[in-house]
Formats: sequence, C-alpha cells, structure tokens
Amino acid sequence: MLKKMKKTTKSNLITYGMVIAAFVIVQVLISTGSMSSLMEGLMVPLCMYAILAVSLNLVVGFLGELSLGHAGFLCVGAFSSAFFSKCTQDVITVGPLRFFLALLIGAVSAAVFGIIIGIPALRLKGDYLAIVTLAFGEIIKNLVNVLWIGKDSNGFHFSMKDVMSLNMEPDGMVIINGPQGITGTPPDSTFLAGILLLLLTLFIVTNLVNSREGRAIMAIRDNRIAAESVGINVTKYKLMAFTISAALAGLAGVLYAHNLSTLTATTNNFGYNMSIMILVFVVLGGIGNIRGSIIASVILTMIPEMLRELSDYRMLIYAIVLIVMMLFNWAPKSIEWRERHLAFLKTRKKEVK
Amino acid sequence: MKMKKAASLVLVASLALTALAACGGSEEEQASNSDTFMIGGIGPTTGDAAAYGTAVQNGAQLAVDEINAAGGINGKQVEFQFEDDQSDSEKSVNAYNTLKDWGMQMLVGTVTSNPCTAVVKETYEDNMFQLTPSATAVESIQYDNAFRMCFSDPSQGTASADYIADNNLGTKIAVIYNSSDVYSSGIYQNFATEAQARGLDVVAAEAFTADSKTDFSVQLQKAKSSGADLVFLPIYYQEASLILTQADNMGYAPKFFGCDGLDGLLGVEGFDTSLAEGVMLLTPFTANSEDEMTQTFVAAYEEAFDITPIQFAADAYDCIYAIKAAAEQADVTPDMSISDMCDAMKTAMTEITIDGLTGAGITWSADGEPSKEAKAVIISNGAYEAM
Repeated sequence: MLKKMKKTTKSNLITYGMVIAAFVIVQVLISTGSMSSLMEGLMVPLCMYAILAVSLNLVVGFLGELSLGHAGFLCVGAFSSAFFSKCTQDVITVGPLRFFLALLIGAVSAAVFGIIIGIPALRLKGDYLAIVTLAFGEIIKNLVNVLWIGKDSNGFHFSMKDVMSLNMEPDGMVIINGPQGITGTPPDSTFLAGILLLLLTLFIVTNLVNSREGRAIMAIRDNRIAAESVGINVTKYKLMAFTISAALAGLAGVLYAHNLSTLTATTNNFGYNMSIMILVFVVLGGIGNIRGSIIASVILTMIPEMLRELSDYRMLIYAIVLIVMMLFNWAPKSIEWRERHLAFLKTRKKEVK
Repeated sequence: MKMKKAASLVLVASLALTALAACGGSEEEQASNSDTFMIGGIGPTTGDAAAYGTAVQNGAQLAVDEINAAGGINGKQVEFQFEDDQSDSEKSVNAYNTLKDWGMQMLVGTVTSNPCTAVVKETYEDNMFQLTPSATAVESIQYDNAFRMCFSDPSQGTASADYIADNNLGTKIAVIYNSSDVYSSGIYQNFATEAQARGLDVVAAEAFTADSKTDFSVQLQKAKSSGADLVFLPIYYQEASLILTQADNMGYAPKFFGCDGLDGLLGVEGFDTSLAEGVMLLTPFTANSEDEMTQTFVAAYEEAFDITPIQFAADAYDCIYAIKAAAEQADVTPDMSISDMCDAMKTAMTEITIDGLTGAGITWSADGEPSKEAKAVIISNGAYEAM
C-alpha cells in the first residue's frame, strides 16, 4: 500500500508519525516517572518552537521571502489571548473551552496583524522586506510595552501613559500593566494541546503547499515574472502565505502565554532575538523542509538546557555547536563527505522512495 | 525491504527512548542523599543583568561556606547550587526544573522580578519554600510559600516619597524613570501616588526605555524648565551616572534622590565621582558601612571574589542566614519531604528576627514582606555616608 502512495503523502505521513511517536514515548516516560522535571517542563516550549519554525518555513521556504518579524506575531497572539483569558477567568471556568477560545482569538488577531503588515510590506522584496518586517516586529513589541489596560465596575480603561492615568475605581484590576505585562494567566497549556496544535500546523502547511494555491506560491518564489505572465495574482498569494504563517505564529503565542504565569515583552522573547532564532531553526533544518524545521527547533531548544553543567560557558558552547551543525549540514564538502561515508543512510533513503 | 524500514524505525525509537530516559536518571540518586540540605539558587549569570545574578550567587555561596565551616544547619551540611536564567521567565522555569532534578529542597531566588513571578507559581504547586533576595514586584511573592529579603517596589516608592516629605528635601519634584523596566516603573507608580498624598508637587515625569538610555538631555531639559529642585531617579546606576554627567554639562544642579538601584554608582568606570557628591539614596546596604558585621563580610567577599560586594550580594547572604535561623527555629531536618519542610519554614519565618547586613531586627509577616528600616545615605567625599 505504501508503495502506491505519492512521495509527498508518504513524506508527510512520516512527519506526522514522528510527532505522534514522540508524544507516545514522552507520555509513557511521564507515566512511568522516568522523565526529569526539566524535560517535562520543556515539552510545551518545544511544541511552541516547532510550530513557530514550521510556520516561518512557509514564508521563508515556500514563499521565498525573508521575514524577520515573526516574533511580532508571536507577541500579538500571546498578548491578545492572555488578555482574553485573564478577563474571562471567572466567567468561563471550563479550562479547555477557555483555552480553545483563546487559541481562536490569538490566531485571528495575529492574522489581522499579518494582513495589516503584509499589505505594505509585501510590495518589497528580499533584503528590503526583511528590514521592514524587522521594524514591524519591534513596533509591536514596543507598543505592547506602553499599553495599560484595566477593568473595573465601569468597564475597561485604557492608557498609553501610565497606570495612574487609567483613573480606575478602587475595585479595579490592571490587566495589562505596561512593561510589567500580564501576570496570572491561567496555565492552560498542556503537552497534549501543544502536540495537537503542532499536528494542526503540519496539516495546514503541508496541505497548503501541495494544493493549487501552494503551487502558485512556489511559482512566485521560483520566478515572479513567469508566474505573473500565466495569470497568478502575486499579491494575493503572497498575502495568503504571509497571513497563514502569522496566524500559526499566533497559535504558538497562545501556547507561550498560557504556559508561564507571567508575560512580558522583552527583546529575548518577542524581539528580534527571537525572530532570528526562529530563522536559525528554519535555516538549520533546511529551507522548505518541514520535518527538518521541527527537528532543528527541538535540538536547538534542548542544547542550552542539556549543557547546564558547563555553567557560564554553555552559551559559548551553544554558539560553537550551532556553527558546527550548520557546517556539517550545509557545507558542500561536508555533504560530499556524508554521501561517501554515510552511504547506508543513502540506501535507506532510496528504499523509502 | 519493509522489514528493514520497520527495524530502523524501532531502532530510532528505542534510541530516543534511552536518550530521554538517561536524562531522567539522576532523580533517584539525589533523593537518597538526605544528610545535607540542598539549597538552590536562580538568577542571571549571563546577559544584561549578569552583575546581579553573580552577586547573589557569590553572596549566598559565602554564607553557605561559613555555615558549613561552623557546623551547618541543625548539624547538617548545606549544599548550594546556582543556575542561570538570563533574566528570562521561560529559562527561569527551566532552571527551576533543573534544580528540582538535582534535588533542591529550598530555593533562594530568583534574582529578577518577572522570572520570579513565573517561578513562584511552580514552587507554590510543588509547595517548596522560596526566599528571594531581590525580586521586588508585588506578584513575585504572591503565594504564602514565598518570602523576600528586599523591599518591594511599592514600599520603596512610598518610603522615598515619605522620606522626601518628612525631611523637606524638595517641593517641586521631577522624576526620570525607565518605563520599560518593571523595577523602575513600579517604584515610580507608587512614588507618584504617595507624593500626591503627601502634598509633594511632581512637576515632570519623564520616561526613557531600554532602547534609548544614552541621551537624557531632553528629560533633563524638561526637568530644568519646570523648575524642579529635586530629581528622583528610581533607576539603575549605569543610567544615573550618565544623567549626572549630562546635568552637569547643562549647568543644572538640583538635588538627586534615588533608590537601591543607584548602589554601585561610585564604581562606574570613567565616571567622575565628584559629580555624585550630594546624591541621596535609599539603600539597605553600603559596602563602606562602619559596623563590624559589614566589615567582615566585605573583607571576606573581596578576598574570595576580588570585587566589592553590592547590595544584591548582601541580600543573598542574609537570605541564607534567614533560612538557617528559620530551619533551626522549626527543627527542620534534610530528610523531611519538601512539602513538610515548606510548611515548617513558613511558620518559622514569621517567628524569627534576623540581624543582617541589610538591616537590624528584620522580621517577616505571613505575606512574605520583610519589615526593616530603610536607610538613606548621602554621597560625600566619594563615599556613602549615613544621613
């Protein structure tokens, strides 16, 4: 049966299988108690980073445009959903339902921002687009840092100055407290939710890529003029890929916001540092290679934690490991060496085909 | 062919399984180690706030070594392990989980406010005793298992306003604060509220952010033109040194008043310390204090780490001694479960009184806030002097 399947279908099934197998293994390990607390705590972030990498791969790998503002969409998803969850914490007491609604809100608001940013930005190409998206990402992060929203018996209060200018009644509760962000988000993110979202992301991306729209998107990547000449609406398809990618990043943001009880927008989590890290996952895993993105994000997220024993040297070692991995994966000489010496992997690959 | 693929899949799966299982193996080894107290610490030892995390690590280590040399807590030795969190909430929780795998029974941390808010949720769920040396945000110790050694943001802001009002230091006050920093904006908010209540006139409140912290001429100009005679600086010392230099260039010489973040001002490289003359700050600890306890601590610290301790180190040092006092009060032993230990420590913390580096007669209430007196110091002749 497997032989009759299309190559892409088979490859997709392997990716799904890999994720599900990882889930089963981890569940077994947790239930037998042989999982360390560190690994258990890392599971939700791992899912989040994998989703981010896969979603950015849609823009970088399939649309062929460099986006450096991905963390901005993560930020929008995180803050909008955390705001919702914090407001409705007492109204909707069923955790999974609230989380589901939060996911919808996070994805939709990130998609809206994707459209708003995409319309002007996608008129640019290459380096110019990269710089504009970088700037938009920073704008989002800085906007969130000057946002004060509170709620009291008179309804919502909003300010962009400081907490005093909210003029709230004494019973009021500050929900978004400027640079201090949102604290006390209900911890709704679970490993199961993370895995389901990752599978959903995979499903959306792989199906899009293999659809009519996906082929149009890849045609734009390969030759824009040729694509236009056969009547492909370039702006529409570019915006489509960009928005879907933003919405998926919003989903990852919801996972992030509901995993920790505090949410602040800093350079490390929602600034260009994060955007570049996601890009590193994508490039290391292979541009346009979805399975590679997942594997790279998992490995690169785990390395700094696994290296904790080296204390202060670990960030240095992390950088070196990154360089070595990049060389091993992508240097032409190393590819040649692998082909010669790791021939058995190659034969296996042929069989799979 | 199919067989081969299936076999390889099984192989990969088993490989992954053993790799993951290997990570979890360390847990059982540590649990049996019930003859020592395992105290963990979390804070940034790399990244922007590394100075604070390293100071806490060193201060706590110094106290642990002293206690061990003197026979330990209740006759048991203490082991201290410190993990880096780069002042990031997510990494802080990872660091906490790493320490849990190591066998931590009590936590001294975390150093910075926001990560502490994330970690306190975890310690609350595990019911583990937590004492933070320096996380100032209110939410950082929102659960009953958490205590702190430093003043909270509200109390620093309120205490500063009270101090200025009580001593008639100024009537027209300008504030320059970092709006992207939790510590700074937290103090400012409470300062402004209290200043209003005490009849102080805040004529200018100028903000800057982490991305624009080199040029303060706009903020200073506004303060000057609004006629402020006192500038309140609830910020860290690096920016303060720039503000003092730039104010001097403008020929603007109001009184400057700051909080514990200004501690370290005299140690800034390339800063003309004569500009800091007359700067007042509220801080619980100064390294050139005269009392014997501080002198011994500073000498020992300088010998061990070749650097003058800052307030964070003193807070961490006091934390370890507070844990010792509480553990002895409640007769806590290392073979107790983490949860039992926490319950015992929680009660004991409210019963003890500590004479530490950062204050005499420190006591705690059940909400975790310390009660100690804020000391104001003034910089004169290049040294801190009590006011």
